[in-house]
Amino acid sequence: MGLARYIKDEKDRISRVTYPSGIDIKTVYGPEDLERVGFFYEKDLADPGAYPFTRGIHREGYRSRAWTMRQYAGFATAGETNERFKFLISHGSTGLNVAFDLPTQMGYDSDDPMAEGEVGRVGMAIDSLRDFEAAFAGIDLAKIGASLTVNAVASIILAMYQAMAEKHGYSPEVISATPQNDILKEMIGRGAWIFPVEPAVNLIGDTIEHSIRTMPKTNPVSVSGYHIRESGATAAQEMGYAILIANAYIDNVLKRRYDVDQFVGRFSFNFNIFGNMWETVAKFRAGRKLWARNLKERYGVKKPQNMFMRGMFGGGGSGLTKQEPENNIMRGAYYGLAAALSGAQTTGLCSYDEAYTIPTPHAALLSLRTLQLLMEEVGLRDTVDPLAGSYFIETITKEMEGKIEEEMEKIEKAGGIIAAVSSGHIQRIVARQAYEFEKGIQAGDLLKVGVNIYTGEAPMEVELHEYDGVSAEKQVESLRALKRERNGREVARTLGELEQAAKTGKNVMPFLMDCCKAYATVGEMTRVFKDVFGEFREPSII
Amino acid sequence: MEKKIKVLVAKPGLDGHDRGAKVVAQALKDAGMEVIYSGLHRTVDEIVRIAVQEDVDVIGLSIMSGAHLPITEKLIKKACEQGIGDKMVVVGGVIPTRDIEKLKQIGVKGVFPGGAPFKEIVEFLKENVPAAG
Repeated sequence: MGLARYIKDEKDRISRVTYPSGIDIKTVYGPEDLERVGFFYEKDLADPGAYPFTRGIHREGYRSRAWTMRQYAGFATAGETNERFKFLISHGSTGLNVAFDLPTQMGYDSDDPMAEGEVGRVGMAIDSLRDFEAAFAGIDLAKIGASLTVNAVASIILAMYQAMAEKHGYSPEVISATPQNDILKEMIGRGAWIFPVEPAVNLIGDTIEHSIRTMPKTNPVSVSGYHIRESGATAAQEMGYAILIANAYIDNVLKRRYDVDQFVGRFSFNFNIFGNMWETVAKFRAGRKLWARNLKERYGVKKPQNMFMRGMFGGGGSGLTKQEPENNIMRGAYYGLAAALSGAQTTGLCSYDEAYTIPTPHAALLSLRTLQLLMEEVGLRDTVDPLAGSYFIETITKEMEGKIEEEMEKIEKAGGIIAAVSSGHIQRIVARQAYEFEKGIQAGDLLKVGVNIYTGEAPMEVELHEYDGVSAEKQVESLRALKRERNGREVARTLGELEQAAKTGKNVMPFLMDCCKAYATVGEMTRVFKDVFGEFREPSII
Repeated sequence: MEKKIKVLVAKPGLDGHDRGAKVVAQALKDAGMEVIYSGLHRTVDEIVRIAVQEDVDVIGLSIMSGAHLPITEKLIKKACEQGIGDKMVVVGGVIPTRDIEKLKQIGVKGVFPGGAPFKEIVEFLKENVPAAG
C-alpha cells in the first residue's frame, strides 16, 4: 500500500501521480498551494519541540541525540538469543528488539502439542522466568532498553521482565521495557490474539496501571500501525487507526480514575516505512500533530512532553521482495532515509533476507550498518526537520492531516474502533485493499523493480538462517527439568490467586509477578486467563 | 454447467499472518472457484475435518513461519488416514526455493511462494484438479 500510482503518456511523461492515501500530486508547488490548504506557520508547524510537534518532538532533533537503533532479534533458546543480543550491542546497537517464538506469543509452553515444529523458530522460546534470566544475563538493563514484541500475553511477559530485572539486582524504577502490547492491531493484522476484545483491552489497562505505579521508565504500550499497514492499510489509515486504538487504551485507564497526564506520556508507537518517501514523511509530520491535538483537545492533556508521538518508525517488510533479494539492501537504505527525514527517535530495518526467513547475523548487521551510515556519513544529524518549509512537503502534510482525520471519522461513524475490530469491518477494508494492491502489482500498474519492471536477473539463493531442531529439544528438556525442580505447591498457590484476581477484576500484574517468581510457565498463566476470559472469535472476512 | 472447483484456504498452526491467504482466497473466488477460508490458528486435525465435511477438491495451506515442512507432512498423513489422501494439496507462503522439491516429495502438488501471480495459481488448479473441466 505504499506505492504511488503513475499515469504516463506515450512519451513516458508522467501526467498524473496519486498517493495510496488519496492525495493527488502536482507537477510544481508554490506559495499559492500553502494558501490553498490554509497553512500557517505557528498553527501548523511551530518550532521543533513545540506544540503541535509537526517538526519533531525534540528542539534539537538528532543534534542532541542520534536515533536508537533496534534490530529485531531472537531465536532458538534464550542462551542463543543472549549471544545475538551481545553481538548486536557490541556492534553499536543501542536498544534490543526482542523476538519471541510463536508458541510464546500464543501462550503455549514448548512441550504443548500446539507448539510442535515452532519452538524457537521465529523468535526465542520463553517458558518461564528461568529462560528470561538466561536471555538477559550480562546485559546492563539500566542502560539498554528492551522492546518486547509480544501482545496477547504482554502482561505475563512484562511481569516476567520485571521479575527477571529484580533477580538481576535492578530496581524497577531504572529499567525500561517496551512491550508491544497492542491487541487491537493483532486482531486487524498479525493475528497473534488469544482472549476476547474486552478482557484483552483490560489486560492492557492493567499493564499501564502497573507501570505507572512501579516502572516509570517503562513504555507499557507500543501502538502498532505498522502491522495494520502490512495487512493492507494505506498510510492515512495506518496513522488514523493507530490514534483511535491508542484512545481506546487511554479510555480504559481513565475508567480507573487516573489523570491522563499520569500515564499517556509513556505511550509509544510503531509505524511502518516503505514505498513513497514523501507520503511517508507527510504521514509522520501530520501524525505527530494530530496525536498532540487529540491529547490536548479531546483528553485535556496539560504537559507538552506528554503529547509527544514517540516511537519506532521503520521496518518496511511489505516493501521488500523475494525477487532479487539484494535489492532489499538498497530499499532499506531509502526507508532509513525516510525514517530520518520523518524524525524517528527509534528505528530498525527489516533485513534483506526476510522474505525468505528470519535474518542471518550478516543480514542483520548490514541493516544496522545502513542506519549507522545514515546517521554518521550523509548529514542527517546536521539540522532538524530539513524538509520544513518546502511548498510541496507542507502542502501534502496538511492534505495528509485531512486524509487521516477522514479515516478516523469513518471508523467513529461505524461505531468506534472496538466495534469496527470486533465485527471485522476494518479487517475487510484492509483485506480488500491488499487484494487490489496485489492486482496492481501483477498488472504492472504499480511498479516494483525486479518484480514487474527491470526484471530478468537469474534467481539467487540466499544464505538462510537454519532452524535448529536440537535447540527445540533442549528447550523442552529444560522445561521438564524446571517442572521437576520448582516448588509445585507455590506454583499452584500463585496460579490460584491469579485466577481469583482475574475473576474479581483486580489488576492481575502483581499476581502475575508472584506466578513468575514461583516459576509458573507462560502456558500455565495463559490457561488461567483462557478459563476465566474465554477466547476471541475471529469475524468472518472472506 | 461445469462443476466449480472447491478450495479450502487454510492457516495451520500459530502463525497469524493472513494477508496472503486472504488475497489468494479472493483471487480464486474471482476466478470462479468456491472458496472456504479456515480462519487462523487451525490444527492439522481441524483442517482435515473441514476438508472432509466440505468435500473440497483442493487444500491450500498458507504458512509464513518457516514450519511448512513439518506441518505439511503431518497434514498429508492425516488426510490419508481420513480417506482423503486423493485431494490435492498446495502450499503458499514464505517458502525457500530449496524446500519446494522437499514439499513435492512429501506429496504437495503445487508450491506458490509469496509473489506468485494469481494467474499461475488459478491455471494450475484448473489444469490439475480432476474433472474440473
